[in-house]
Amino acid sequence: MIAALAFYVFAAILIASAVMVVTSRNPVHSVLFLILAFFNASALFLMAGAEFLAMILVIVYVGAVAVLFLFIVMMLDIDFTQLRQGFQRYAPVGGVIGAILFLELLFVYGSWQFAPDAATLRMNVVPVEPGVSNTEALGRLVYTDYVFLFQVAGLILLVAMIGAIVLTLRDKSVDSKRQDIATQVARAEAVVLTKVPAGAGLATMGITRRKLPEAPKPKAVAHDDPGHSGGGHH
Amino acid sequence: MLSIGLGHYLTVSAILFVLGILGIFLNRKNIIVILMSIELILLSVNLNLVAFSAALQDLTGQVFAMFVLTVAAAEAAIGLAIVVIYFRNRGSIEVEDISTLKG
Repeated sequence: MIAALAFYVFAAILIASAVMVVTSRNPVHSVLFLILAFFNASALFLMAGAEFLAMILVIVYVGAVAVLFLFIVMMLDIDFTQLRQGFQRYAPVGGVIGAILFLELLFVYGSWQFAPDAATLRMNVVPVEPGVSNTEALGRLVYTDYVFLFQVAGLILLVAMIGAIVLTLRDKSVDSKRQDIATQVARAEAVVLTKVPAGAGLATMGITRRKLPEAPKPKAVAHDDPGHSGGGHH
Repeated sequence: MLSIGLGHYLTVSAILFVLGILGIFLNRKNIIVILMSIELILLSVNLNLVAFSAALQDLTGQVFAMFVLTVAAAEAAIGLAIVVIYFRNRGSIEVEDISTLKG
């Protein structure tokens, strides 16, 4: 009873937030509703008994993917009202295609049933011994029978990481004014070693200082008072 | 009505799938919302896999859902990286502007 009620609540919030993801005006709100949808889907996973996947969904999707979306939406300076212009124009065709797809799915679900020998065709039956959690059972499976697929999944993530870095890395060697100490020291004529004979001055060796610009002469102050020529304060 | 079975999960998942498809059509111009709709579609697929896994008491569905999740995360990272460099080059992410590869 309470489980059924919880299912309906979670499913209703999931679908409502999915509707908001699709239709909300501001993409930031879309991302936030996407996070809400992921939380509710993870609750549905929990109710189906997939505890590990529920936690992974919260950690990976909410913690990484949705926050990545949030960063991108807030980072790019985009006029989002302009991007929504075709909304009404595309709504009818989208609605028609969605309705057709939903009807087809309903037909499939309505006429579909399990094969009579479905129970014998199972490959990895959930272990029935007590004390084996869902996580442990999944771990036993993933690290033994599916270890190659697991490695390939890790490889896919590695390639995705490298790809994202390579795509977004900007080559800063062209415009940067960063100080490169090695280049600066190895510059020609930066440091000159000169043998100085005893008693020679700079001028005899040909090393002359740059002339300093002449300092402006101090202006003579005109004295208005002729009787007061002896100095003193002005 | 009060006992939750496979059919309930499949219905929720079907509605979620259709909403994701609808999102792609409604937000034809905004590629970020399109990527979010694809995430919704993948979520509905995962829900389907988990529902069948629970109904059949078979763990294979959950293993497969885990791999789907991995690929979805990789896809989101690469897709958003492409969006960022496209925005850096063009200053716009309108889908209709993206015709560089058309030649």
